[in-house]
Amino acid sequence: MLKVQDLDVRYGAVAAVKGISFEVAKGELVTVIGANGAGKSTTLNAVMGLVPLSGGEISLNGKSLARVPVENRIGMGMSYSPEGRRVFKTLSVLENLKAGGSTLAKSKTEARIATVMDRFPTLRERRNQDAGTLSGGEQQMLAIARALMTDPEFLILDEPSLGLAPKIVSQVFDIIAELREAGVTILLVEQNVKKSLAVADRAYVMELGLIVKSGPAHEMSDDPDIHDSYLGAAA
Amino acid sequence: MEAFAQYLIAVLNLGSIYALLALGLVVVFGLLGFLNFAHGDLMALFGYCLLFQTLWGVPFWIAVPIAIVFAGLCAVAMERIAFRPLRGHSPMTLLITSFAISGALHVIFQITISPRSKPIPIPEILSGYITFGDVFIGRAQIFTIIVAVGSLLALRYFLANSRLGVALRASAADFDVARAMGIRANRVIALAFFLSGVLAGVAALLWISQRGAVFPTLGLTPMIKALIAAIIGGLSNPKGALYGGFFLGALEATLLNVLSDDLVVFRDAAVLLILVFFLVFRPNGIIATNPEPMR
Repeated sequence: MLKVQDLDVRYGAVAAVKGISFEVAKGELVTVIGANGAGKSTTLNAVMGLVPLSGGEISLNGKSLARVPVENRIGMGMSYSPEGRRVFKTLSVLENLKAGGSTLAKSKTEARIATVMDRFPTLRERRNQDAGTLSGGEQQMLAIARALMTDPEFLILDEPSLGLAPKIVSQVFDIIAELREAGVTILLVEQNVKKSLAVADRAYVMELGLIVKSGPAHEMSDDPDIHDSYLGAAA
Repeated sequence: MEAFAQYLIAVLNLGSIYALLALGLVVVFGLLGFLNFAHGDLMALFGYCLLFQTLWGVPFWIAVPIAIVFAGLCAVAMERIAFRPLRGHSPMTLLITSFAISGALHVIFQITISPRSKPIPIPEILSGYITFGDVFIGRAQIFTIIVAVGSLLALRYFLANSRLGVALRASAADFDVARAMGIRANRVIALAFFLSGVLAGVAALLWISQRGAVFPTLGLTPMIKALIAAIIGGLSNPKGALYGGFFLGALEATLLNVLSDDLVVFRDAAVLLILVFFLVFRPNGIIATNPEPMR
């Protein structure tokens, strides 16, 4: 489904991503893990078209995304829940969902809102509240719900568990697992290595802008290096 | 009691014009992160459009909506010609560009039309007074308050209920994420400029209907007042522009009432002093939020 080849991203003189290649097959849940500053979020932003590429090629279902502006990528079946949630804080929950469905036909929007709210009942309760007044966990649910408005084939999730209480983190991963079951292809960037390896099919490990390891998620969670570097004594 | 009623009318009258102008500034600022200094010149563009139409014999009440739409289209053209090629540059670059547009427009008006003030005939219905008991209220002031409140309610309805309105607010809250949701940057920016032009047009209608003339730098004074109102209220939120506008209106009306005749010349100085106070102690304004303008 998604194919990334020799991706290079620079911020001025700094190379954030240095020629990485990876792919995500249809129906797969692939996770990219690594420490802060490894280039994970930059990679996702490049896939969404939010940062310009310095080199390399990204294609979705065999079509190059090089000339596709950000605004049009959602129409190709992609959707995105950004790092730090970034809900529209001054808009109500309902309006956030409407904004997420801006590419839908007007007649479909209401039905999608109802479907998405069935999955996230708290959002229904809080539909007229400003998104900025929600708790961190609720904002994360809203960010995922907003990304689901278009019923995407391919969902990009950037650090969905960041800064959330452990109980809420488990809920977020349950939702991710459910979405995978429902057949959504998912690219998940996470710092919570243990949980993301538990839900993922395959994983890539990034370090300083490079992919240093890749393989099936269950093998990675048994890998002694990964244990030492990311899972530590807690695992 | 009469004095208080007069005072209240003065607050609403001044405040609503400042609020309309400040809103126009904020709508654009929310998306692009710069203050469009040429905003006031849209008022002059409205004025000249109205002037020429009345010279050609178009009835006033037909000329007004045409001139308002004209001001909106001028704002859109401004964006297409001057600001769009600079998209992605720093807000400072855009700010300086808006100074250039403003300066150029003044010169164009002076050369092609006239450096002097041109009278615009205002319909009879807007002149004179209405009396409620002992209270005299200018018809133009009543007209101002009705039109301003009507426009503000219409804008509010549009922003809250229409798809484009929600898209505009989402983009103002976080432009990158809004684009990732499929909201088209060019369309939203054009809409913001159109709205700002329409708001400037409505404000110009109210301003001119109380003064009856148009001249090249017509927009300068109200624009500076709107700037002060927007900064006091908070640039990041339309509500801030409203509060700032009415706050400034109240402030000016109060100063006019409390300052004795020989001190009234210090009114603007007092307003600026309060602006300085805000810049030092509350630089984000009465209502502070953290938007993510386009980078």
